[in-house]
Amino acid sequence: MSMSVMEAAPPMEDILTSSPPTRENLISVLQEVQEHHGYLSESAVRLIAGASGVSENEIYGVATFYAQFRFQPPAEHTIHVCQGTACHVRGGHQIMYDFEERLSIKAGEMTPDHKFGLERVACVGCCALAPVVLVDGKVRAGMKPKLVRGLLSQLGYQPNGKAA
Amino acid sequence: MTSLADAYASAREHWQALETSPVPIFFVGAATCGRAAGSGDTLDRLRAEIKARQLQAQVIETGCLGPCSLEPLMVVHKPGTPRVCFGNVGPAEAVQILQRHVLGDDPCAEWTLGSIGSASGNGTGTFSDHPMMRGQVRRVLANCGLIDPENVDHYLARDGYRGFLRALEIGGDQVVDLVRRAGLRGRGGAGFPTWRKWDTCRQTGADQRYLICNADEGDPGAFMNRSLIESDPHAVLEGMLIASLALGASKGYVYCRAEYPLAIARLKGAIAQMRALGLLGDNIQGSGFSFDLEIKKGAGAFVCGEETALIASIEGRRGMPQPRPPFPAVSGLWGKPTIIQNVETLANLPLILRNGPEWYAAVGTEGSKGTRSFALAGKVKRTGLIEVPLGTTLRQIVEEIGGGSSDGKPIKAVQTGGPSGGCIGAEQLDLPVDYESLAQAGSIMGSGGMIVIDEDTCAVDLAKYFISFTQNESCGKCPPCRVGTRAMLYLLERIVEGKAGIEDLRRLDALAVTVARGSLCGLGQTAPNPVLTTMRYFRDEYHAHVEQKQCAAFVCRPLVQHRIDAERCPGCTACVKVCPAEAIIGVRGEPHVIATERCSQCGSCLSVCPPAYAAVYRVSGELTRYEEIHAKKGKPGAPTEASAQLEAQSEELDQCS
Repeated sequence: MSMSVMEAAPPMEDILTSSPPTRENLISVLQEVQEHHGYLSESAVRLIAGASGVSENEIYGVATFYAQFRFQPPAEHTIHVCQGTACHVRGGHQIMYDFEERLSIKAGEMTPDHKFGLERVACVGCCALAPVVLVDGKVRAGMKPKLVRGLLSQLGYQPNGKAA
Repeated sequence: MTSLADAYASAREHWQALETSPVPIFFVGAATCGRAAGSGDTLDRLRAEIKARQLQAQVIETGCLGPCSLEPLMVVHKPGTPRVCFGNVGPAEAVQILQRHVLGDDPCAEWTLGSIGSASGNGTGTFSDHPMMRGQVRRVLANCGLIDPENVDHYLARDGYRGFLRALEIGGDQVVDLVRRAGLRGRGGAGFPTWRKWDTCRQTGADQRYLICNADEGDPGAFMNRSLIESDPHAVLEGMLIASLALGASKGYVYCRAEYPLAIARLKGAIAQMRALGLLGDNIQGSGFSFDLEIKKGAGAFVCGEETALIASIEGRRGMPQPRPPFPAVSGLWGKPTIIQNVETLANLPLILRNGPEWYAAVGTEGSKGTRSFALAGKVKRTGLIEVPLGTTLRQIVEEIGGGSSDGKPIKAVQTGGPSGGCIGAEQLDLPVDYESLAQAGSIMGSGGMIVIDEDTCAVDLAKYFISFTQNESCGKCPPCRVGTRAMLYLLERIVEGKAGIEDLRRLDALAVTVARGSLCGLGQTAPNPVLTTMRYFRDEYHAHVEQKQCAAFVCRPLVQHRIDAERCPGCTACVKVCPAEAIIGVRGEPHVIATERCSQCGSCLSVCPPAYAAVYRVSGELTRYEEIHAKKGKPGAPTEASAQLEAQSEELDQCS
């Protein structure tokens, strides 16, 4: 998700008015908030708790259970490397490794300048085109280790901090 | 609200008009897999070309025909001739087909896969005779790729909702009886007879019952449900209507993974269309039967494929399983009787209602009736979504439909059932695919993922991969699963790192049995299957890792070393440039050397060493392997314009650095 989308996000109050949170629809409200704001901020969780009567504690309990929810703003570009079985046998782990090496971060982390985030995804269901990565939500099929570098530079990555 | 009779009449007209269209029609496969293969670019280019030439033509986005490795796929209606299906249609090919085939007389044989329906006069065979399609019996997938999934007219014109109307006519008792006679068993994994599950639920005297469609296809390596929903959403929803009628359920939920945005969008659209046709809501078609539907997006937890965890998730809680009994069929969502069905099970129901149980049970085996779709992927030439009669052998699927190994290396095993399933060794390929045979071989039918592996996949590493998946997805409620999978992963890590002793294999064996027996839910009970089956069929590989510190697939990094053959290396510096660890020493014109202590065994050098030299080789234990990986055949999918561009860019960068 790009920064511009987040800036234009509707305020929390509007989201909570259009879909008032209850115990039952807690997960869908969390999903909606994250969709617009990119992550679940402390203040957002507090507002949801206030509006739903479900305690903040409980909301964090639910939200941290599911892989989808983030509690930090996402990086400018998020790269999801598929770790599905088909991707694994076709070298998906190698591609993850290459991204980790090039970006000098591990899966689940983001670069210090918040430009790139690297995530695992269990499977995006494009197994027949393995290995795949998702770049800002868009599927790239038939990924190869030697494409990693070009892809990062397309996204404006400039290796620095590493010995040239 | 349109009356259903009027809707059928206009749908038929609409469909007829398409069939006999005087202007060309381009049907482009645009499900997630097609889009990933670049059909978006194909569509853009095609539309621009049609506009630029001011042609009278129609472009329709369809779902998935199945052969993903031939994506993007395009079916072309040229007035007066049978429709023809083309494969690997990138933007350039689309323009060529438009120009040469549609406007000219050239059949464009280089991209032709076959004609749809009858054979065309010019020597083109039928698509159903294509090697990938020949062995298939497409029932559930019959509409996929041939209709516009967003246009309900297409579904109606192909007898859509006739099954439900028949169910309304005969009533719930009769529906249960038909499903019993058809022999339909749940397609989600365990294969429980559908009618029996319904029967339990019907015998509860509750005022409210629920139906849940489990579209949380969490198994890595499975995409049948995604493809079906994206290509023919109404088939699944009609199945839900039929099941609800049989159950007396007035409310249904579709629990779909958030990772499937297109499937969710298609479901939403289809539900709105149902509402407009009077197929949802109160007193449907004046029958007195009321039913409504809601979509719930999963939030990324594999354990939610388990029934009680899924229910907890719909209720807005942590998706943790409950001990059973009580079974959800008796006490489920909000404590009410709830039936949870797999997407494909539901999509079978309209077929049974329309064609009768005898027709349905005519294919399959004694205990497993009907067909089953599989997501065929991995090291196989033709990957994609297939549907075969139950009882078809693995060999027929892998060799005839899949075309055999993709890289020309012998097939080592087939993995079925995802993290809950197992690896079936190549010597067992003649095993018929039905619920009982697979269970006997130590695997399960599972949700239908089928991953072919060859000698480049290490059985121990694959077991470790699955255990790391289940360990990560374990909800943590019960210790056998929470602690047991962690301990298994620890042992497997020791094995692939060459640190394990022979006693660790015994420990792993014993632990696997404990986890399987002691875990609360299906996740933990089946988690050891990948370990148990690989230990059964590939025990020698485990021993080689432990005793010789050797990985024959050259996958387990701690047991592999990359080296450069000084006699072959002319010193081109290609590997020096790409090595992320800067572990390769050498100047142009002199043989390079890998500094072992710095090398992370990533294999980048191997992938760039020009095939003419093939100077990089690998050593593991007593094994040495030279490999010309550039000589690989059978690329996964066609290279899209985007990936070609990327490749050029990567190479350019490598050269200037």
